[in-house]
Amino acid sequence: MSILINKNTRVMTQGMTGKVGQFHTLHSKNYANGAECFVAGVTPGKAGQSYEGIPVYNSVLEAKQQTGATVSVIYVPPAYAAAAIDEAVAADLDLVICITEGIPVHDMLKTRYKMQGKRTLLIGPNCPGLITPDEIKIGIMPGHIHKKGRIGVVSRSGTLTYEAVGQLTELGYGQSSCVGIGGDPINGLKHLDVLKLFNDDPETDAVIMVGEIGGSDEEECARWIKGNMKKPVVGFIAGITAPAGKRMGHAGAIISGGQGGAEDKLAVMEECGIHITRNPAEMGRTMQKILKGNA
Amino acid sequence: MKIHEYQAKEILRQFGVPTPRGHACFSVAEAENAARELGGSVWVVKAQIHAGGRGKGGGVKVARSLQEVSEHAQKILGMQLVTHQTGSAGQTVKRLLIEEGANIAREYYVGMVIDRSRQRVVLMASSEGGMDIEEVAAHTPEKIHKVWIDPLAGLTDAEADAVAGKIGIPAAALPQARTCLQGLYRAFVEKDAMLAEINPLVLTADQRVVALDAKINFDSNALYRHPEITALRDMDEEDPAEVEASKFDLSYIALDGNIGCLVNGAGLAMATMDIIKLYGGSPANFLDVGGGANKEKVTEAFKLMLKNPELRAILVNIFGGIMKCDVIAEGVVAAAREVHLKVPLVVRLEGTNVDLGKKILAESGLPIISANNMADAAQKVVAAAQGV
Repeated sequence: MSILINKNTRVMTQGMTGKVGQFHTLHSKNYANGAECFVAGVTPGKAGQSYEGIPVYNSVLEAKQQTGATVSVIYVPPAYAAAAIDEAVAADLDLVICITEGIPVHDMLKTRYKMQGKRTLLIGPNCPGLITPDEIKIGIMPGHIHKKGRIGVVSRSGTLTYEAVGQLTELGYGQSSCVGIGGDPINGLKHLDVLKLFNDDPETDAVIMVGEIGGSDEEECARWIKGNMKKPVVGFIAGITAPAGKRMGHAGAIISGGQGGAEDKLAVMEECGIHITRNPAEMGRTMQKILKGNA
Repeated sequence: MKIHEYQAKEILRQFGVPTPRGHACFSVAEAENAARELGGSVWVVKAQIHAGGRGKGGGVKVARSLQEVSEHAQKILGMQLVTHQTGSAGQTVKRLLIEEGANIAREYYVGMVIDRSRQRVVLMASSEGGMDIEEVAAHTPEKIHKVWIDPLAGLTDAEADAVAGKIGIPAAALPQARTCLQGLYRAFVEKDAMLAEINPLVLTADQRVVALDAKINFDSNALYRHPEITALRDMDEEDPAEVEASKFDLSYIALDGNIGCLVNGAGLAMATMDIIKLYGGSPANFLDVGGGANKEKVTEAFKLMLKNPELRAILVNIFGGIMKCDVIAEGVVAAAREVHLKVPLVVRLEGTNVDLGKKILAESGLPIISANNMADAAQKVVAAAQGV
């Protein structure tokens, strides 16, 4: 098993006629069961076209009705991406994964407001997507670094997620699912939501949680872990050396208002029983030590 | 993106928020003329820099004659204003705001930010006007009142009046306070702000509610739909290296160490700085080249880093992912040749065709040190920077 997606998931790409959408849809289609999983594309006004044998529809609803796809991945440019999420939510999809970087925060505030009371889950925006190794890859991560297994990975960052995954695979530990929740201040699923899913997944034994400076999501997640998590969690926070008041690339990665510092996050995480490491090269080995100790 | 106080006040006036009358000035003569035109007998001469804490640094002076306006303007224009937000070098003052004086009875704080946990705009208000709000939050959090605003309803009359009452604005002035708070909220939403503060909002002796200071930061991702805001950008207030980097779509922040870092992805870039520190080195910068680490971008990134006279070594850490390592390696080699790189360069590549990538680096004839993983890379670059 896995969380959120598996080989039976049927996916549509919103923005499939763009260069980025095509590139990553093709890579995803070529990964594991991708050819069965990626069944539709959506670009308004381009119905009837196809890409690599995947038919394009005018709307999310039409794509859902015609193909049975219940998950969408979004590569639409930032100015239109929030509207693309809105459309997927209105079509009552199960899950929307928004890869697009640079969406205005106020657009996301309105979109998240409209999502209240709806069943659709959102991952991202500004994220690499998610993967269940050897089954399905939805997003821009390199499939080949992953290996099927029993460790869950959740992270706000893209390449740092790959780093964690690469270390696990190198040590022989495969992954159940890997989720990039994105680097924006207003987003969908948070560390906490993903940790809950891993906690309930019988095929996940432990989790690596990668955070970064800014906000207080990691602290909130840590407090939940303390009372509820049945599986060991390894944690790393990027940005110990980041100065306050400077936005470190990600819109959400900024220490401001006395909040969001890496050391504060690490202290709360440690206090809540998370196995933290301050060395980003040691995420995999920290996990190895715990699993060996428990064995 | 940040703007000056006088620009923020201009925006707030467009949304009905009263401010003192005033003029932006670039010279002493302009300052004196502005004061004459404003009339009255008391003026305030305010340094316009993007950093806060200007008053404590000597950048805000009250003048009681045109002569004093001129003297203060003379002193403040061109000064290196040092505040807790500028760093020790301070910021050169190139603009002034000359305003009519206000007879202050009470001072309040009002501000808006985006609450990430609740995913709402939050209004914060306090009776402790004029203070550093982070200090108030740290020591007397009970004095900060918050309203999480429903995006559909906006800031309602009832919410505005309730919070204004809580911070001690007298009943008679509540309608004016409401105008200020609702105007601030509309400006915040319509102009895509990330932070908007009126500190202090004052009650004058004649019972008027006025924004005495104003600060607005905007979402840079939304500037494409606000050419009027983009036009307010003041390059003098920004780090020239960061401005240069942004032209090439690089995200760059200067730090005070001596090891340059070139990384793809913000999280990995921060982690790379962290691991350099962990192994006893000190990062010279944060630099995220983004997804496309091609020759052009890497060349520009090298040029930026090499402008730093303290630079002793460079670490390139690229987790190529879908990009092929040989392509990245060719880009790095070409960029190093183009800038005639003299400092040691440690390169860590990960992705497909790693071995081919390493071969290209090794055969380049350049002083490139290959690393096998992040820890190896950090140790090698720290040693190289120390001349070991």
